[in-house]
Amino acid sequence: MATRITIDPVTRIEGHLRVDCEVTNGRVSNAWASGQMWRGLELILKGRDPREAWIFTQRICGVCTTVHAIASVRSVEHALHLEVPLNAQYIRNMLIAAHAIQDHIVHFYHLSALDWVDVTSALKADPKKSASLAQGISSWHLNSVQELSAVQEKLKGFVDSGQLGIFTNGYWGHPAMKLSPEVNLLASAHYLQALDVQRKANMIISILGSKTPHIQNLAVGGVANPINNDSPSTLTMEKLFHVKTLMDELGNFINNVYVPDVCAVGAFYSDWTGYGAGVTNYLSVPEYPLDTKCTSFALSGGYIPHGDISQFRPIKTYQDEFFIKGVSESSKHSWYKQDGDRHPWEGETDPHYTDFQDNGKYSWVKAPTFNGAPAQVGPLANVLCLYAAGHAPTKKYADKALATISTLAGKPVGLGALHSTIGRHAARAIRTAVLNEVIQEQWQLLINNIGTGDTRTFNKPEFPKGEIRGVGMHEAPRGVLSHWVVIDNKKIKNYQCVVPSTWNSSPRNSKDQPGPYEASLIGTPIADPEKPLEVLRTVHSFDPCLACAIHMVDKEKKAIVTVKAL
Amino acid sequence: MNVLVMGIGNLLLQDEGAGVRVIEEFERTYQPMGGVELLDGGTSGIELLYYIQGKDVLILIDVVRCGYPWGTLSRFEGADVPALFQQKISPHQLGISDLLATARLTDSLPKKIVLLGIEPKCIDTGLELTDEIAANIGRLSGMIADELTALGLSVTPRGEKLCVTTIL
Repeated sequence: MATRITIDPVTRIEGHLRVDCEVTNGRVSNAWASGQMWRGLELILKGRDPREAWIFTQRICGVCTTVHAIASVRSVEHALHLEVPLNAQYIRNMLIAAHAIQDHIVHFYHLSALDWVDVTSALKADPKKSASLAQGISSWHLNSVQELSAVQEKLKGFVDSGQLGIFTNGYWGHPAMKLSPEVNLLASAHYLQALDVQRKANMIISILGSKTPHIQNLAVGGVANPINNDSPSTLTMEKLFHVKTLMDELGNFINNVYVPDVCAVGAFYSDWTGYGAGVTNYLSVPEYPLDTKCTSFALSGGYIPHGDISQFRPIKTYQDEFFIKGVSESSKHSWYKQDGDRHPWEGETDPHYTDFQDNGKYSWVKAPTFNGAPAQVGPLANVLCLYAAGHAPTKKYADKALATISTLAGKPVGLGALHSTIGRHAARAIRTAVLNEVIQEQWQLLINNIGTGDTRTFNKPEFPKGEIRGVGMHEAPRGVLSHWVVIDNKKIKNYQCVVPSTWNSSPRNSKDQPGPYEASLIGTPIADPEKPLEVLRTVHSFDPCLACAIHMVDKEKKAIVTVKAL
Repeated sequence: MNVLVMGIGNLLLQDEGAGVRVIEEFERTYQPMGGVELLDGGTSGIELLYYIQGKDVLILIDVVRCGYPWGTLSRFEGADVPALFQQKISPHQLGISDLLATARLTDSLPKKIVLLGIEPKCIDTGLELTDEIAANIGRLSGMIADELTALGLSVTPRGEKLCVTTIL
């Protein structure tokens, strides 16, 4: 007899996600992922000037502002075959790499670490043992006994005051928590340090994007950053060298704290390499364009079917029809009127709510497919595709991380272990280390290009009469993002966003195949159905972001939504 | 004294964006003052820590549902503010509640926190405020000026309304 668990909402994510599981004999036997908010952004954009769309799309979500702005300008540029000046490419590349680095660090420490790290256990740690453990795997200057003792005192103050604040929702003392007090203390210290470090990525975005959280410097055709070394209001060498300092500080944290921490958590929880694989068709798009026509990229994209990297098929440019023709969306199990599979350019958004039907419609998220099959997107897909493509930095960081995990775990852990819940965390850390190299390279390319006397940052778009279509691709922190625009006589006729969490939190598709979250939960052991920590571990490993961002304060009704089993 | 005046909300959901609209209105109506930073926080969360650090006073503007008639203004101060954001189980889990908790954890919570609220009418998809809310944006902007004046900061109304075009 199966026990039904409903987690509604899943916490520590952006947006409103409901997950239902049936548990039989201590393991998940069936699962449903349901997006509980409806966005009608597509409807807002119809009839508008395509040059303005990015200003609206960056308001979709509080976390992914930059991401939706970039995908939007790219979609219009793609429709116009508009070239983007080199300086603009490099500035955009640095912006999106900084955003991704910030997002990955925040995801590991602030959104998911508490699934694995027991903060209350850290109070029992011996700071000396923690420090010597840390010094074995990293040279980070804040792993000292003094620093760790100070963190422990601070945590004690919080626990004693009864106000755990942000730590309130943890499953403290859960039987699935396995780290020693010393490792818990180390991770808690890095949790606090990461809060400070992530600000540095934000400062880069603020300098280049003119403002955060909503950047102001984008334009269809380039960026609005004048480059002029004589005017302090423009992008000067002084500002660019400040950016360099910030990048170096981020790199230090990534290589000496984030990556070693993920390796340690992976080694201590190596049983989690056996759970959470789910859909192993992986999709990724090319990122960090290096020329004005977007034909050459720092990182290739591609597709891997059935987890077999020998079948890797690269996606090399924004013109690649393998991607453009391969994407479609089904609403068979989603709360929309349309039933069949549709290409995003033909997509419609007519809501049709039916309540939660296990075998019918149960989500506001549509079910995207790639060449008819569900696909997983995100850092794991990106890393596996780059590994398959022979990308040297990816191979270097992946092999190094797997070697560290193997040493700490005392047994060999290979590339195949990445197809798992904990593997998604490892892949995200590997990707962050790669992005640290990318952002440094983009900075150097920008400096070199300005040095040649090229200060161009913008090409004016000219809109033809009649209908044109474009797709804006972006390998975002959570994976493949695509904005699909149809422009008719200079106005937007149709606009569809196929976001990374649409791929991963997809409900069943037109062939009733489950989406990645759903498939990944099958077989997961559940120690206590009342406290389904294991479900959260797997769902959080995808870095869910069901953007919608209603956040109205409600003094009248204390609970806006019902919470079961959490 | 360093003050951050931050409007929060989603501009794509009609009245939900009122907090951000008030910041725009305030910028049109009043001269900027030294030590006072105005910010459109949108629906961001933890990224805003960067702006909060080093501030003595935080004035938040957001829609607040108290069950009063549409457009009613409200004011909360001190411990009521984090408590209010914490009570609700918001779909926006990375929101202001976490921001304030994180600020506390890093010893950067401003000493004084004020929330100025407005009762929303409609939060469906759309860019325009409802008439009831739009009619009260000016009064809410005036409340910010009053808060700043009470802090001993001079607030000068702009002589003529500047023609500031905002795309949104």
